[in-house]
Amino acid sequence: MTIESIQEEIVDEFSMFDDWMQRYEYMIELGKSLPLINNQYKTDDNIIKGCQSKVWVHAELDTDKLVFTADSDAIITKGIIAILIRVFSNQKPQDIIDANTDFIDEIGLKEHLSPTRANGLVSMVKQLKLYAIAYQTQLN
Amino acid sequence: MIQTALDIETIRKDFPILKREVNGKPLVYLDNAATSQTPQQVIDVIVDYYQNYNANIHRGVHSLSQEATDAYEAARIKIQKHYNIAKTHEVILTSGTTHSINLVANGFTSFVKEGDEILVSAMEHHSNIVPWQMLCERTGGVLKVIPMNQKGELVMEEFHALLSDKTKLVFCNHISNALGTINPIEEIIEASHKVGAAVLVDGAQAAPHIKADMQALDVDFYTVSAHKVCGPTGVGMLYGKEKWLNKLPPYQGGGEMIAEVTFEKTTYADLPHKFEAGTPNICGGIAFGAALDYMNSIGFEAIAQYEEELLQYATAQLLAIDGLKIYGTAKNKTSVISFNIDGIHPYDIGTILDKLGIAVRTGHHCAQPIMDFYQIPGTVRASFSFYNTKEEVDVLVEGVKRAKNMLL
Repeated sequence: MTIESIQEEIVDEFSMFDDWMQRYEYMIELGKSLPLINNQYKTDDNIIKGCQSKVWVHAELDTDKLVFTADSDAIITKGIIAILIRVFSNQKPQDIIDANTDFIDEIGLKEHLSPTRANGLVSMVKQLKLYAIAYQTQLN
Repeated sequence: MIQTALDIETIRKDFPILKREVNGKPLVYLDNAATSQTPQQVIDVIVDYYQNYNANIHRGVHSLSQEATDAYEAARIKIQKHYNIAKTHEVILTSGTTHSINLVANGFTSFVKEGDEILVSAMEHHSNIVPWQMLCERTGGVLKVIPMNQKGELVMEEFHALLSDKTKLVFCNHISNALGTINPIEEIIEASHKVGAAVLVDGAQAAPHIKADMQALDVDFYTVSAHKVCGPTGVGMLYGKEKWLNKLPPYQGGGEMIAEVTFEKTTYADLPHKFEAGTPNICGGIAFGAALDYMNSIGFEAIAQYEEELLQYATAQLLAIDGLKIYGTAKNKTSVISFNIDGIHPYDIGTILDKLGIAVRTGHHCAQPIMDFYQIPGTVRASFSFYNTKEEVDVLVEGVKRAKNMLL
């Protein structure tokens, strides 16, 4: 699936929720249920320091696609990571570089990706793109 | 109802922001330790300044400049009286506590030699740690830490043991921003003076709760930020004893702080202007004075008594929640409750509370050493002011329960 179609799918899923409670409950479920990263990669090197919650990201290339795993110590942050991984993992680096994150706004989670939100997610998205740029250079 | 001499409903009407909604819910503002809200009486002073007498001070011969200068200097006298400061020129108006501390730390570069010691308490805000580390880097001085116990109280035996003739300066907050602990600054000041050390007390968190008496405390330096005490941001006070302020070199060069300038030599202005380079936050200074007027019109004793009732009530209600732990259980503390719930990250609780219109602070509160001490990533901090109500505490408690149900 393309990044765009996954994003549309997620927007569809979230449109079923009536209020913020349901959206958050769903995200918390996502955060709880997904094993996101192998413990060996939860190192200080892979940590993205937000002001409040820690976020770890690991990237590796599988043939021509980039596979991301990630984690956080805060569950809501983890839920959003799960969504971001679903969108960006197993995609070609160039597609990741070109992708936008407007869907976050559409599913009502914009505040979590605001640059002033001290949760590490903005830096995480930047880091995903930086990995994509690095691996794209490698593929070239 | 909590018994109080204060008419809280009338007081709340002074604060226009308390009427607003957040995320469709009535705002419950419990982040008062980060910044206090501003009453209409102070907002009016700010508007009046810009509408009627906005001008640069201390230099103009025209009427507007004179009016602005008079109002600014009148504010300095209000601050002087509020803190029972002996001399008006011992009140230095700064941009706030961080500026005040840096001014002193910078000045002490001249007095600290290699091997000299600076003592700071273990419960300091980052802005109270970094300037002293920088001072030690410049001078070869040594930073020593006064430890704290599990309750969040300074271990005074250790403090006394750390004091020696090498101690040049002792730095401590009056009240901890992260835990609410009221520190025994009287004892710290007296003991430090016995070994010849100067004492700087950060009064930022104390400002809205305690009317500190500079002469009775006999403290050498004391700092306050106006925005913690119903005033605007970007303005504050450094109190310094005259003998110290005369000894300290100027911090910043610029207009206002000079007596005469030639390309060969500059002579500095007298106190307080020596430390007030450039055009100050004129409106802010005037509003700071108005904020103290407002607080005094309510009365610090009544405020302290009411906030203590709120603290007791909130503490009991929150502790009834299974798995909730309060950090900072000092015998003497102000209306600040820092807490966590087992198995839940404070950021998650803060996020859900925000959705419910409840403003709390989450994170390490710029006091990472305290979080390291308790081995936690941070806490949720609810801090109460005299304009908060028992009903708002109930909303908080219900919100925390709801967050817990969602997150666990």
